Amino acid sequence: MTTTKFIDIDFSKIESDRMRLNVGPQHPSTHGVLRLEVELDGEVVTNVIPHIGYLHRCFEKIAENMNYQQVIPYVDRMDYISSMNNELPYVMAVEKLLGIKVPEKVEYIRVIMAELNRIANHQIAVATFGLDAGAFTPFLYLFRDREYILWIFEKASGGRLLFNYFWVGGLANDVYPTFKEDVLNIVKQVRKTNKEIEELLIYNKIFIDRTANIGVLPADVAINYGCSGPVLRGSGVKFDLRKDDPYSIYDRFDFDIPVGTGEVGTVGDCWDRNIVRMREMEQSCRIIEQAVAQMPDSGDVQAAIPKKIRPPKGEVYFRAENPKGELGFYIISDGKDKPYRVKGRAPSFVNLSVLPEISKGYLFADLIVILGSIDIVLGEVDR
Amino acid sequence: MGLLNRLDNPYETGGIILGTLEDILNWGRSKSDWYLHFGLACCAIEFMSMNASHFDFMRFGIIPRATPRQADFIMITGTVTLKMAERIKVLWEQMAEPKYCISVGSCANSGGPYWQYGYHVLKGVDRIIPVHVYVPGCPPRPEAMEEGMMKLQKMIDQQAIFRKRQRLAEEEKLFELQNKG
Amino acid sequence: MTYEEIHKILKEKFGDSVGELVNNPPSDPYVEVSAEKLFDICLELRDNPELDFDYLMCLSGVDFPENLQVVYHLYSMNKKHKFVLKVTVPKDNPKVPSIERIWRSADWHEREAYDLFGIIFEGHHNLIRIFLPYDWEGHPLRKDYKEPETYHGMRVPY
Repeated sequence: MTTTKFIDIDFSKIESDRMRLNVGPQHPSTHGVLRLEVELDGEVVTNVIPHIGYLHRCFEKIAENMNYQQVIPYVDRMDYISSMNNELPYVMAVEKLLGIKVPEKVEYIRVIMAELNRIANHQIAVATFGLDAGAFTPFLYLFRDREYILWIFEKASGGRLLFNYFWVGGLANDVYPTFKEDVLNIVKQVRKTNKEIEELLIYNKIFIDRTANIGVLPADVAINYGCSGPVLRGSGVKFDLRKDDPYSIYDRFDFDIPVGTGEVGTVGDCWDRNIVRMREMEQSCRIIEQAVAQMPDSGDVQAAIPKKIRPPKGEVYFRAENPKGELGFYIISDGKDKPYRVKGRAPSFVNLSVLPEISKGYLFADLIVILGSIDIVLGEVDR
Repeated sequence: MGLLNRLDNPYETGGIILGTLEDILNWGRSKSDWYLHFGLACCAIEFMSMNASHFDFMRFGIIPRATPRQADFIMITGTVTLKMAERIKVLWEQMAEPKYCISVGSCANSGGPYWQYGYHVLKGVDRIIPVHVYVPGCPPRPEAMEEGMMKLQKMIDQQAIFRKRQRLAEEEKLFELQNKG
Repeated sequence: MTYEEIHKILKEKFGDSVGELVNNPPSDPYVEVSAEKLFDICLELRDNPELDFDYLMCLSGVDFPENLQVVYHLYSMNKKHKFVLKVTVPKDNPKVPSIERIWRSADWHEREAYDLFGIIFEGHHNLIRIFLPYDWEGHPLRKDYKEPETYHGMRVPY
């Protein structure tokens, strides 16, 4: 791999002691319980070894011992920032096995909820990325807005963070009467704050200096490592499962796929990965507006829920675009009411494996920024 | 909090506050607790919300610390796995006395939804370190965590600080009893 | 390209090492291949410009009553087609060639399968446990796994 190094001094000529540094597993900027074993030459990172598994909660073993319906709360707890997006591929995989077609209204509510949660996830991602780069104020702004989105979830499902809202064949309950107005208000608020964040954080000179040309990930490396989501799109690859392998009703909406263009630095640097998230929030707003306009008012959201979930023998791999990338569920059914095997293909797990590749040769302070730009959630990495 | 009420209107009572030294020390201690945040899982996200603008955790006089040596209490927020458990014990031992522990969420309290088939989950952080306040919920709302904080403040307020050895011995006895049960 | 066309190309090149295409909806069609030829088949799948599978979506281990299985879900970014490979190995000698050198994303997935199922990937540069501690005993996702009574003095069951 040939990456241009953007440090003026030729560090290779300076001989200094190698040092091994242990970051984590309890460290404020590792986004959870990740342990990084960093090999340093002076201040330059020469190797990074991620150690994971500090939050291994045995999801796959538990799923083998639960009913199909009972697995949904555990699916929520995989990527606990974007639970609605996690539930979507799981319930759709089981529905594909069962051959259920869900009512129109359910599809629309699912899409609106998933896109709202995508916005909430990206708000956390941008906020914590700002924290990593030393900006505290955007964190407060974005968390204020995220709270408004959580209020909608709470009104609809009863939970603030973990919902158990999408059921196999339908929803736990219908949305409340003023749902549409609330959602449209949120969209307005998100757009307003995003404008502020662009001025406050994204095009801030200090922020650009910290993130541009840092952690460059070339497109071919990203594909070979199996990266997906904003990490892949930041490298300039126009790949989004909502467009390229459409599921649910995403083919009915008109939206763009933002990609990294190297606006202030190189294609595939930390700034690009972050701007993809910002632009995706705007695209989610567009999807939500169209979905709200098209959503039918009447309809029973529980009409297609089966009395007993007992899929025929078979297996299915279903994937969907999580805010962090491609989330897939590989479910094997042996004809009983419990799945024989559930494997979650977590996007963060795969995205994190590229960290050693892209952080070599940068300074130690940049490592924290690079890690923040990948946007991992350890609950999903370790499952 | 009797002491604070008197401060509200000092002239009525002649500007004189009557109380034991213990009261004053405890009042100071309970209103400026520094914490070590041990964010582990979903509860840590609610904890982040609590630090943000809507809930404003810092109004309790609380400052986050990244090192255990400066912390007064530790907040265990999330699922404790067996791989992580030993680290928590080390961190707890690194903290200086007097120290407290708040266990947030079902997982830290008792293993939560992972109690049955979670082969790699420690079923309750109280199996390795003493816990002073339990906050239930999966995840608890930020309000619930604030309630837990208020409970801890109340506990510190009523604590005896001049019989330290005696108290520690009592606490140790209690912890042993709990572990046996 | 459809599953049949991809299968035909592989069958012509590798003969008996590639099994029949099994297709019973709603499951995805899949092909069983022999463990010895797996590396060459994967290399062909990636490097043949007609196939062009550049993206390994998922690698999962499965524990069946008689034997262990590894399932590879492949995808092509340019051609937008999918393919599923399966390798079955006996339980007493679960050895599969590593494909980590073909798709780097297989690196951690193979370590995961080793950790949870005990499948040994030959040729992997660093086949160690990934989730569980290094001194953990057993492979938890095997169906006959019994969770330990204690670990480092901590009681494991509820």
